[in-house]
Amino acid sequence: MNMQAAQRTKIILSRTDNLLVIREFVSEEARAFGFSDEDAANIILAVDEACTNIIKHAYQYATDKEIEVTVLRKNRCFEIRIFDTGRSFDPTTIRQPDLKEHIGHRKRGGLGVYLMKKLMDRVEYDFHKGKRNEVRLIKNLSNASKVAER
Amino acid sequence: MIDFKIHQRDSENVSVIELKGYLDAHTAPDLETAFQKLMSESKFNIVVNCRDLSYISSAGLGVFMAYVEDVRKNKGDIKLTNMTPKVYNVFDLLGFPILYEIYKDEQEAIGRFQGAKK
Repeated sequence: MNMQAAQRTKIILSRTDNLLVIREFVSEEARAFGFSDEDAANIILAVDEACTNIIKHAYQYATDKEIEVTVLRKNRCFEIRIFDTGRSFDPTTIRQPDLKEHIGHRKRGGLGVYLMKKLMDRVEYDFHKGKRNEVRLIKNLSNASKVAER
Repeated sequence: MIDFKIHQRDSENVSVIELKGYLDAHTAPDLETAFQKLMSESKFNIVVNCRDLSYISSAGLGVFMAYVEDVRKNKGDIKLTNMTPKVYNVFDLLGFPILYEIYKDEQEAIGRFQGAKK
C-alpha cells in the first residue's frame, strides 16, 4: 500500500447548481495539497468545464444522473478523475477555437475543452461504450503557475 | 451565499450592467435574459462592469460572444471593465482582448461611447 497516495470522492446529480458544490470540493482539496490561490483557481475552472460538458453533452441536461469526482493526491501529482454514464463524446474532434469564427457563427462549444487543456498539465479521456466515461485532469505541484507560458 | 446578481443602470445613451458573484453554466441564463432585454429595448451601447464578478467559466463567456455581433451590427458595442486579475485571466486565455475592448475603469468605457456620439 502506498502511504503517500490519498483520495476523496464526491458524487453529485447532474444539475448546474451542483457545479458550485464541486468547485468548493476541488478548492478545498487543491489548497490542502499546497497549490497557490491562482493555481487552485485554474484547477477549479478546469473541473467546472469538464462537469459542465458532462451535464450538457453526455447527459443532455437530464438532472437525475450521477457525476463522480475523485481527487487523487500522490507525491506532487494532483489528479481529478471525473466519471459519467452518459453519451460518449470525442474531444479529439475539438480543435483550438477561433474566437472570430465563434462569434460569426454563434458557436459556443469547444471553449471548455480548450480551457481544460490550457489550465492543466494533462487531460486524458477514456470512453467505455455502454458503461462509463472518464476524464482525467492532472496537474503537478512543480508545474504550477505555468499556464501563461504555454 | 452570493450566487449571481445583475444590476442595470442606464445613463444617457449607455447601459451599464454590473455583475456580482459566480457566472457559470447555472447562472449564465440570467445574463442571457439581461442581454435579450437590452436587445428588445434597442440598447446597444453596453458596458459590463465586472468589479464584483468573482468567477467566470466558458458558459458565461459564451453569452458575450452570442450577442456582440448583433450589438455591433446596430452600431453599438459590449465593453468590459473593472475585471479582477483572476477573471481577466480567463478572458485572456480565450483571446478576448483581441476582439473586445477591456478597460480598467467603467468611466473610461462610458467615455468611449460618449466620444463616439454624433
